[in-house]
Amino acid sequence: MSTTAEKPAAPDSEPGAAGRITVKGQPGTGRRTGKAGRVRRLTRRDKFILAIMVGVPTLIQLLLVWLPTLFSIALSFTRWNGLDLKDIKAAGTDNYRYVVQDYPPFWPAIQHNVLWLVFLALIATPLGLLLAVLLDQKIRGSKIYQSIFFTPVMLSLALIGIIWQLFYNRDSGLLNYLLGTAGTPQAVDWFGDSNVNIWAAMVAATWRHAGYVMILYLAGLKGVDPSLREAASIDGANAAQTFFRIVFPAMRPVNIVIVVITIIESLRAFDIVYVINRGTNGLELISALVIQNLIGEGQVIGVGSSLAVILLVVSLIPIVFYLIRTFGKESKA
Amino acid sequence: MAANLDPFQSAHNAGPGRRTILKTLGIGAAGLAGIPLLAACTGGSGPAPGATSNSLTFGSGSSDDVPKAAYKAVTDAFTKKSGIAVATNVVPHNDFQNKINSYLQGSPDDAFTWFAGYRMQYYAGKGLLAPVDDVWATIGSNFSDAMKKASTGPDGKMYLVPNYNYPWGFFYRKSFWAEKGYAVPKTFDELKTLATKMRSDGIIPIGFADKDGWPAMGTFDYINMRLNGYQFHVDLTAHKESWDQKKVSDVFDTWKALLPFQDPNALGQTWQDAAKALEAKKTGMYLLGSFVTQQFTDPAVLADIDFFPFPEIAVEGTDAVEAPIDGLLLSKKGGDNKAAHDFLAFMGSAEGQNAYSAVDGSNIATVKGADTSKFTPLNKKCADTIANAKYISQFLDRDALPAMANNVMIPALQSFIKDGTVDVKNLEAQAKTLYAAQ
Repeated sequence: MSTTAEKPAAPDSEPGAAGRITVKGQPGTGRRTGKAGRVRRLTRRDKFILAIMVGVPTLIQLLLVWLPTLFSIALSFTRWNGLDLKDIKAAGTDNYRYVVQDYPPFWPAIQHNVLWLVFLALIATPLGLLLAVLLDQKIRGSKIYQSIFFTPVMLSLALIGIIWQLFYNRDSGLLNYLLGTAGTPQAVDWFGDSNVNIWAAMVAATWRHAGYVMILYLAGLKGVDPSLREAASIDGANAAQTFFRIVFPAMRPVNIVIVVITIIESLRAFDIVYVINRGTNGLELISALVIQNLIGEGQVIGVGSSLAVILLVVSLIPIVFYLIRTFGKESKA
Repeated sequence: MAANLDPFQSAHNAGPGRRTILKTLGIGAAGLAGIPLLAACTGGSGPAPGATSNSLTFGSGSSDDVPKAAYKAVTDAFTKKSGIAVATNVVPHNDFQNKINSYLQGSPDDAFTWFAGYRMQYYAGKGLLAPVDDVWATIGSNFSDAMKKASTGPDGKMYLVPNYNYPWGFFYRKSFWAEKGYAVPKTFDELKTLATKMRSDGIIPIGFADKDGWPAMGTFDYINMRLNGYQFHVDLTAHKESWDQKKVSDVFDTWKALLPFQDPNALGQTWQDAAKALEAKKTGMYLLGSFVTQQFTDPAVLADIDFFPFPEIAVEGTDAVEAPIDGLLLSKKGGDNKAAHDFLAFMGSAEGQNAYSAVDGSNIATVKGADTSKFTPLNKKCADTIANAKYISQFLDRDALPAMANNVMIPALQSFIKDGTVDVKNLEAQAKTLYAAQ
């Protein structure tokens, strides 16, 4: 307890005040040379705390992210039944060959992931932007609409899948009832018919994604300097021109975030198809295949790992893109 | 200065907080042991209990209310009889099945609930189970040969003590068939004729549901066994026979003739939905296990339900019955516990199984001389069907490698239901890779 007791009395490690004095007294080199003697740099305690604050997250990151990632990559080149470590056998690229050539759900899964991305990018995200622009106008009850559109974001996709089953059910669903086909042989089984179920699932996912995008764009719109709009209207720009030429480009940081979120959402789309039918019968997604092959009794570690690695590589592309944009800008500034 | 005091104080206060976080992390890490990868590293052998132990632990995947209560009745009766205490750990059945790998390698219970078939033999072959030949020496006469065969491991030793099973067959409503004048078909051709007639009567002849993927395996298994025989089913699912051969494509060709009569909405509904359709007389018959009767909560409907075996096609008549067996196994650790052996012997006695079936009547006790006084006519028919069967198969997902059944056959059967085609070459290619990985 003694160390903590003496701490408050020691003003030496008061970085703010010391720094201010230094800058005032000797601009330029002062911080390093002149005051270094008086400002003890880091006490042992500080070092200890720093070590913990840096070390623990690093350790967690290492333990929970990097090691499993490296293990997965290593395991994707082996055959293993998951039982005894002695049973691990090298398999070369056999698992990848299996996935690409012999595993029928793989290519549909890739197609569905791409379709999911295109759908979110072309339908769901613009829809969210539209909602944001509409709600940014000073219409009555704007807050209520915002809450309504934002509510789905607070629900998990798994729950959304369940909610939409009420709409999509073949016999008792709202949609077939409205179409007048409920209970007849023409009734569409929205989640069961492999020709339509991916679209039905994407519509349900859009319900949530649009709300998410809306909230981000609403914040973005609020952040746009009103004088820009004024200037535009003085220059005679109409509403569409103002939005597309002035406001939208001014929201560039938000736009980048949205692009990344859209890509990530399309890659990690999993729960909704898993709830519907565990990602089979027209709803194959890479993430669902990873789970199918890695978790549970149908575990084939080599194949599951190689699927996971493929998903990882695909996911790295938007992440790298995002990091380059962010850090590139920082180093320029 | 007050403002400057705060950071230190809060740092001081953060002490326990940080420790709590670390502690939480520790718990989190322990929780992660559920991940097979990590569990594989920690798989140590627990302390071996003495041979004269007076207690045992029992892991149960029977988490639904009725079976759970039924197993409780068994353990209570056992404790009362022998004075040996049983600590039961009930795990939700899906979790139990999905985590079986890490469960058996970690610190499993002495005895646990499991299935017959490849699903049992696989773990026996890996040395994760303890043989119970000593138990079978006393209970052997209680069981039929088919049961004994189904309880044997790949090394010829006994591993399983069966508790109950349930036959698969075509279920139908007696009153509905009487009213329409339908007769039970004996051959596949008669089945098709009957189905044609039903269709012209405006009903879906054969109820069908495959949203969950596994129910369609029943149709595959039966056509396969009726065409190619029981042994071929066993060899095929154990991958001693190739999937890429005429015998397998014949199964699908034969099925194709039946497909137009099966409910076209199969892929969007669960077996519970299909059971309701049968109850509502929308479908004429429904091929499923006798657990389908759990859905008929109306006693009048339940009394109106009957079933017939899958009709004969080419070989062995209707000798083979698909009747998955559930029972008890001993983990490797449990093998050292005499009490656990005693418990399994109790499960293999009429006394033990009566205790179970008194609570859960939807299944058929496997032991000879079990109490049949409470049997409904349907129960009795189920029991007779199994007793008279020459061969008892365990269902594709119990007889085959789980990865083969779940990852390969489910998508393959679903796409077959969709468009009537299946690529047996691809099935074999996948089977080769998956079985090689074991």
